[in-house]
Amino acid sequence: MSGNPISAWRGYLRQNGSKGIRNKILVMYTVECASFVAKEIGSSFRNSEIDVDVVGFAGCTDNEYALRMMIALLRHPNVGAVLTVGLGCEYLQGRKLAEIARQEGKPADWMLIQDRGGTLNTIEAGKDAVRKLHDQLQRETVMTEMNIHELIVGAECGGSDYTSGLSGNVVVGRLFDKLVEAGGTAIFEEIVEAIGLKEIMLGRAANESARADLGAAYDKMLDYCKSVRQYSVSPGNFAGGLTTIEEKSMGAFAKSGTKPIEGVLRVSQTPPNPGLWLLDSTPDPYFMGFGYTNPNDSEGLMDLVCSGCHLLFLVTGRGTVVGSAVSPVIKVTGNENTFRRMSGDLDFCSGAALTGEKTMDELAAELLGLVVQACQGQLTKAELLNHKEYFIPYKYQSTGKNCEV
Amino acid sequence: MNDKFHQASFQIHPDDNVCVSLSDLEPGSVSVHGSPQNARIELLQQVKQGHKMANRRITEGEPVIKYGVAIGIATRDIAAGEWVHLHNCKSAYDMRSSTLDVDSGAPTDVEYR
Repeated sequence: MSGNPISAWRGYLRQNGSKGIRNKILVMYTVECASFVAKEIGSSFRNSEIDVDVVGFAGCTDNEYALRMMIALLRHPNVGAVLTVGLGCEYLQGRKLAEIARQEGKPADWMLIQDRGGTLNTIEAGKDAVRKLHDQLQRETVMTEMNIHELIVGAECGGSDYTSGLSGNVVVGRLFDKLVEAGGTAIFEEIVEAIGLKEIMLGRAANESARADLGAAYDKMLDYCKSVRQYSVSPGNFAGGLTTIEEKSMGAFAKSGTKPIEGVLRVSQTPPNPGLWLLDSTPDPYFMGFGYTNPNDSEGLMDLVCSGCHLLFLVTGRGTVVGSAVSPVIKVTGNENTFRRMSGDLDFCSGAALTGEKTMDELAAELLGLVVQACQGQLTKAELLNHKEYFIPYKYQSTGKNCEV
Repeated sequence: MNDKFHQASFQIHPDDNVCVSLSDLEPGSVSVHGSPQNARIELLQQVKQGHKMANRRITEGEPVIKYGVAIGIATRDIAAGEWVHLHNCKSAYDMRSSTLDVDSGAPTDVEYR
C-alpha cells in the first residue's frame, strides 16, 4: 500500500503537528443545564457549510474521567475550533477548557448562560461566536498532505449477529492488518468481550510490557464477571446461535486482525506509537463494585475518539444507526439482508465473503477505498443523516502510567 | 432468505469441529463454505440460521472448536450433523451458560414473582 497514490489526501494541520480529516467547530457544554442552549446553537448550523458538532458532560460534579475526555476532544485533530457553553455554577470550567483549546492553537470562545442573560441571548451570542470561529478557521487553517500512516482508526461492534464473527469483524481485522503494515494505527476495544482469550491475547503482545498490561486488563475483567456471575452475553445472543462467552469473544476479537498488540490504552490516552492497540474503558475494580454494564455503542465510539481516532468502524449484524461527534463512522455489516433493509444507514457490506463470491482481501481493499474517500472529505451515511452521538459518562479509571493529562 | 444461502453453512477455520448455518437448515445435505474439512455435511436435524452444527463426532468433555480455538466443552457426545448449542456445550468460564433456556437463551435460575 505504501506508494499507492490513493493513500494520500489533504489534511488539516494542527499546531501540535497532528493532522485532521475534518475541520469541525466543537460546541461543548459543561453541565446538563447548559445542554439545551448548546444544542440549539449547534442545530442552527445543520445543513450549512459550517461543520458544527455538539458534545458535553451532563454531571454537576467533579469527575476527572469526564474532564479528561473533554480535554481529549478539544485536542482532537478533527476539531478546528471550540466554543464552550456553561450555565455558570457547575464544576467544569468552560473558560479553562477554551484556554486549553487556544494553547493548542485553536480558535476558541466561552460563555456562561447566567452572565449572558438566559436562553435566547446565549443562543444568539453562541451563533455569532460560531460564525466568527468559522471565519477565523477559513483564514487560518493550514492544509497539508496526509498519508495513511498518519491515520488512527478505531473499531467496535454493536448489534452483532452470526455474520459479525464470520465476516463483518473479519474484514475490519483484515483492514487493520493493512493499516498497521502501512505504518498506521488501529485501536480496538471491548475487553469484556475477551473472556476466554487470555492466552491468545497475550500471545499477540508486542513486548513484555504490553503482555503485562493485557494480562492485568484481562484479569480485572474476569474477576469482575466472576464476582457478579454475569458475562457480556445476552439472551438475544444465545437465541441467535452463540453458545458461550468464549465464542462471542472470538467473534469480537476478530476485528483486531492478526498484528502484534502494542499495549493497552486507557480512556483519553492517545497511542504513543503506531501499530495495533487495545483500549480498555472498564472502570477500576473498586468502582466496578457500584455495578458496571457494557458501554453502549455511543460511549464505545466516544472512547475511541478520545484516543485520537480520526475515523471509526462500527460493525453490526442486526443493524445500528448511530454515528459519532468529532470522527466519521463507517458502518459495516456482514449481513446482506440487514444491508438492504438499512441501506440508508450502513456504508459497507462484507456479506459476499460468506459464500466466497469475494475474498476477504478483495473486501478489505474495497473498504480501504471507502476509508480513503472518507478521509478525502466524502461524508459517511451517519454524517449525511446528522448522526453525531456522543456519551461522556461519570466514571472512575486511574490514569495509568501513560496518561499525564 | 436469499437462495444462495439455501442449505448452506460456513466453517471459519480448518481445525473447527463446528460450522455455522447461513440460513434456517432442514435435515439433509448442507454445503460448507469458508475453510471446510468436507465440502458437505449430512445434517441430522433442523438448525436455525446462525447456529452451529458438528462437522464430525465430538465426544463428551472434548472442546468445541470454532475460529480454531476452544469456545466451549461438549457436555455429552455429539454426533456429526447434530445441532451444537446450550444443551450439549458449556462455557469453561460462565457456569450459568449451560443452565439457560435452549430456545430463548433466558436464565432459568431467575424467578419472576
